[in-house]
Amino acid sequence: MISWPNLVSQLFNGLALGALLALISSGLTIIYGTLGVLNLAHGAMFMIGGYAGFVTYQYTGSFILAVIAGSLFVMLLGVVMERTIIRHFYHRPHEDQLLVTFGLGICFVEIIRLIFSSQSQIVPPPALFQGITNLGFMFYPTYRLAVVGIVAIALGALFIILYRTRLGMIVRAGIEDSVMVDSLGINVYRVFMIVFGIGAMAAGFAGIVNAPVVSLTPGIGDDILVQTFVVVVIGGVGSFPGAILGGLIAGEIISVTSMFNPGYAYVMLFAAMTIVLVVRPHGLLGVQGRE
Amino acid sequence: MTDDLIRRGLSRRGLLQTTAGLIGGSMLPAMPAFADDKPAIGTYPAGVSGSTAFIGISVPRTGTYAVQGEDELKGYQLAIEHINEGHELIKKISPKTSKGVLGKELKFGVADSAAKPNEAVQAQQRFISENKAIMITGGTSSAVAVALNKLAQREHVIFVCGISGSNDTTGKDCVRYGFRQNFFGQTAAAAIGPVMVREFGKGKKAAYLTPDYTYGHTVTKSMQDFLATAGWTTATNQVAPLGAPDYSSYLLNVANSGADVLINVNWGHDAVLSTQQAKQFGVLDKMKLVVPYQVPFIARETGGLMQGVYAATDYWWTIEDKFPLAKMFNEAFEKKYGYKPEWGAENAYVSFAHWARMCEEAGSFNPPDVIKAYEKGETIPSLVGDVHYRPEDHQCVRPVIIVKGKQQKDMKNKEDWYDVVEIVPGESLMQKPDAFGCHLGDYT
Repeated sequence: MISWPNLVSQLFNGLALGALLALISSGLTIIYGTLGVLNLAHGAMFMIGGYAGFVTYQYTGSFILAVIAGSLFVMLLGVVMERTIIRHFYHRPHEDQLLVTFGLGICFVEIIRLIFSSQSQIVPPPALFQGITNLGFMFYPTYRLAVVGIVAIALGALFIILYRTRLGMIVRAGIEDSVMVDSLGINVYRVFMIVFGIGAMAAGFAGIVNAPVVSLTPGIGDDILVQTFVVVVIGGVGSFPGAILGGLIAGEIISVTSMFNPGYAYVMLFAAMTIVLVVRPHGLLGVQGRE
Repeated sequence: MTDDLIRRGLSRRGLLQTTAGLIGGSMLPAMPAFADDKPAIGTYPAGVSGSTAFIGISVPRTGTYAVQGEDELKGYQLAIEHINEGHELIKKISPKTSKGVLGKELKFGVADSAAKPNEAVQAQQRFISENKAIMITGGTSSAVAVALNKLAQREHVIFVCGISGSNDTTGKDCVRYGFRQNFFGQTAAAAIGPVMVREFGKGKKAAYLTPDYTYGHTVTKSMQDFLATAGWTTATNQVAPLGAPDYSSYLLNVANSGADVLINVNWGHDAVLSTQQAKQFGVLDKMKLVVPYQVPFIARETGGLMQGVYAATDYWWTIEDKFPLAKMFNEAFEKKYGYKPEWGAENAYVSFAHWARMCEEAGSFNPPDVIKAYEKGETIPSLVGDVHYRPEDHQCVRPVIIVKGKQQKDMKNKEDWYDVVEIVPGESLMQKPDAFGCHLGDYT
């Protein structure tokens, strides 16, 4: 069903979808870039952010408090996880890191399933953003519009932390050469803990911000994790701008392809990833040789 | 996906139950084989040589169909409990049942299929080879049902199908060893189609949300075929993968399609999510929603979005006013689990009760004998009145129930989600036995 209104609608929707993917992926890519740990529990942390926010919303009725609580809870969880488990795996093979984070992800999902069951849980959008907005060329859910703005602000904040602060400078240096950072007298393991916490917080924040768009289930992170990895591969592993670019590309591919043939939306996404891997193995904005 | 690969290697909470079943099975006392001149076939007679008979159950306990899988499992567990104790309700369906089936206590193992055919087949293969399962069951995904059909035929073990809506399950992918109790795409379309034409008129345009596997494609095709006879056309058919995390791009196409009616064929959490997002995008304000293959718990999970929505289903608990066995089942189920059963549990319970009856009538667990008992096609009781299995495709001929979501003000209790609009007799809904290409295969 190709028409200009539909094309513009899908392009816009791709932007909104991509913004959310960018936010989730940025946490994953920062953690991998700095710590060298591919965190397969990232999807579970996205999910826990949603549930932590859901519980807060149930008790307070405040969406803002839900966002704050969801983000902070997952940040705390990330710090505890890093201190107690992940740090023991920095010098272990990647396979061990994958297995331990995958196992943690399963534990988190099953704990949530045990507490909340598999039934969907709903977090309504704040009253200000309920309903549908007429954009002239399309009607679009108001909250989804708000999400684009919220995600832009969050990504901006992450950008400032990474590119305009001393901590960010250390993190970026750590991504390039953590041994050198360590030898300069900087406690690189403390930085790792902070980075893991920030990366987890990004996932948790995305989880609760995304909650009114979807309905929460324990498996919600599994579904999004695959797309997140595709985004990171397209954008470049360890690259924060790459995560944003990759997210936007993925969102547009899914959205625009669905206009021609919805059955091929995800096929095209993986095809794009394959092309990037062949033509530019380190991703669009990744740096060659970076592990 | 690495995710999947590792998951296959590591089992989840189902492992505990499976392990318990395996240990239990291995500790069974060695008993002499039946004094029976039937040749050994499948797991017979080894699987019933002791005082017990083992059933392998695979349901999705994770993934997009997890909620429905858990409900289905409860139906199986209640049926096994009732069969083992010779419950009054089971005796109404299987009069020869006293305690257990042919005097054998039923044991079972449970595996999480996650609605994935390969996981279900691996689990059931394990149950067959290690526990000598005499019967296997599973579904809540037609892809799983079709895969288990083939496994059952190969291993010569009877497969009592769980929830499966695809025409293929008892159509082109039917097998001699598989039986399905519940309604499916063809009967759903034939039952709800006339209601839609009556309510919405002729010559309408429909938009479809279709999950991309055998269930989705066949249900959508059946709906399209039936509605075409009333001049309906397809404005758009949005095919999405199972477990799609977002439906926004599909719904934009629907919103721009000019359709009058949205027919949501999605199931499980996919149906819940796509319905919620259809509301967010204003689609439900522009067009009527119909759910041709009702999804257990969707009314509760969508928070009232099913109000005024028509759906076809296997069972809705308020039919207890008309069917005494439904009332008995509702009471027993609610007493044990604390809520009214939905159709996944009903299908599970009745399927097992029918299997128990067929074994009793055959007087043996010998699979060809049990199959022939089904194939007699005799009229037998169910929770929705009398039904029978067709010998040609092993499909149960049973009514389909049309429901309409109630307005909140009309709900008499928190589970009173639907009005029963019509109970459509099964015979009139069935296609010819060979219409979907069923060739059952051999007995041995």
